[in-house]
Amino acid sequence: MRLIWIICRRELSSYFATPLAYVFLVIFLLLCGISTFYLGGWYERNQADLQPFFDYHPLLYLVLIPAVSMRLWAEERKTGTLELLLTLPVPLPAAVLGKFLAAWSFIALALILTCPLWITVNWLGDPDNGVILAAYLGSLLMAGSYLAIGECLSAATRNQVIAFILTVVVCLLFIAAGSPIVLDLFQRWAPAWLVDGIASLSFLTHFQDISRGVLNLRDVLFFLILICGWLWAASVVIENKKAG
Amino acid sequence: MIEVEHLHKRFGDFVAVEDISLTIRPGEVLGILGPNGAGKTTTMRMITGYLHPDRGRVEVFGHDVTNAPLQVKSLLGYLPEGAPAYGEMNVRAFLDFVASVRGLRGRKKRERLDGVIGKLELEPVLQRPIDTLSKGFKRRVGLAQAIVHQPPALILDEPTDGLDPNQKHQVRQLILELAQNSLIIISTHLLEEVHAVCSRAIIIAQGRIVADGTPAALERRSRYHGAVRIQLPAAGLEAELAILPGIADIESDPMLPGRLLLIPKAGYDLFPAVRDWISQNGIEVLELSVERGRLDEVFRQLTLEETGPCA
Repeated sequence: MRLIWIICRRELSSYFATPLAYVFLVIFLLLCGISTFYLGGWYERNQADLQPFFDYHPLLYLVLIPAVSMRLWAEERKTGTLELLLTLPVPLPAAVLGKFLAAWSFIALALILTCPLWITVNWLGDPDNGVILAAYLGSLLMAGSYLAIGECLSAATRNQVIAFILTVVVCLLFIAAGSPIVLDLFQRWAPAWLVDGIASLSFLTHFQDISRGVLNLRDVLFFLILICGWLWAASVVIENKKAG
Repeated sequence: MIEVEHLHKRFGDFVAVEDISLTIRPGEVLGILGPNGAGKTTTMRMITGYLHPDRGRVEVFGHDVTNAPLQVKSLLGYLPEGAPAYGEMNVRAFLDFVASVRGLRGRKKRERLDGVIGKLELEPVLQRPIDTLSKGFKRRVGLAQAIVHQPPALILDEPTDGLDPNQKHQVRQLILELAQNSLIIISTHLLEEVHAVCSRAIIIAQGRIVADGTPAALERRSRYHGAVRIQLPAAGLEAELAILPGIADIESDPMLPGRLLLIPKAGYDLFPAVRDWISQNGIEVLELSVERGRLDEVFRQLTLEETGPCA
């Protein structure tokens, strides 16, 4: 536990040692604002909720989260610190988890910084704060899934750009899994259980349930299991690809 | 004590390490010599638990590196090749991180940190990001992180590579100092380093140990061991010297006439014969010395034998 915390703290402090953290936060907040007010038409809707804000999160994360996750291991590999880290008395799962928690809490910070939106909606109207809280939680869980995918793919390469692109592609698959484009491809030949299975992998459907205020265990578990699975895969990749 | 038994490692078709066995005892400073790509770094990476051997066993103070990697890692201090460090961190924060991971905390951690910072003279750069440091300081930061927990065994991969002569001297002094409490393995391709710090040296070529002994014992394998360097007032006496018993060859210096190197046949002590010859003929000699042997020549001979003369 202590080791996870030490690794997490170091990782987090390195975000803020470079402009990366500040650039990310500013752009994230800017894009949140644009998507909520212009694309989402928040004022025109005349409803006291944050639905337009949350609706754009899956897309926003698709671009921004790989930018956070790409460096997690690829940079260690490139600069040789991987060898340093893995010859310190740290169990590999603690290192994987510590890095993940650092990135996740960074995203959590970004989400917390969107609270002016929440204050505004409470000031202008009388929203259901339970739904908003559930949506925030759902968004954080979904961000965690993106990050776990990103961490695993970052472990597979020493090139951050490759890590970024691979992560975007894989996350896009998870977003698009429930969409007609993908499902049509399978519907013609695949058995119904497979089509249902692919559809149920979609980030969108799970996130939309939660962000509408339906915080059921199934959706939460979906994201948690996905996170655990990808983190486990990350440690397998690191363990088997040290020499490169 | 570190025990290495029949270590093997290959990467695809490339055999990096083939059947290396070693025992290193406390108090020893072992130098691993070898050309680039001979398997020095791979061997060290297997001892530190970074790479898993295909076959063979490594034990560090009784702990098997495959079964108890964390115990082994906590007993070792390791400076990887190139002294990697988190470049965006400042020196103090980086050393603090390593000390914390090593289980140090509170006052003890502060004391140890102050200790290594003092020992490696890092005070002037404590608050600077490691990326902005000179090569010498970076290497010292790498050494500091390796010794912060006072490990009983230290493994240093090319600890003086890329340093200037003063810095090299400093690092070697430090290694000698550390050798009083720890066993040390260093890899290097600088032969003078072996003389400066090692009590024992092995030469690795193509993944195999081709020589193992004290630096002096390795030098004795050189054809220059016991060779007599002599500076005569003029050229032209080579023929007289050549008939002395025990002389295998005479090398003359084209730049300095009269400066000769008399190479003995194996097993002969040439010096008494040369001394007698000088006094009998009443020759005024400007320089006379006996060579200990040349490690670089032994090194070339052993490592080229393995790769063939064309390599």
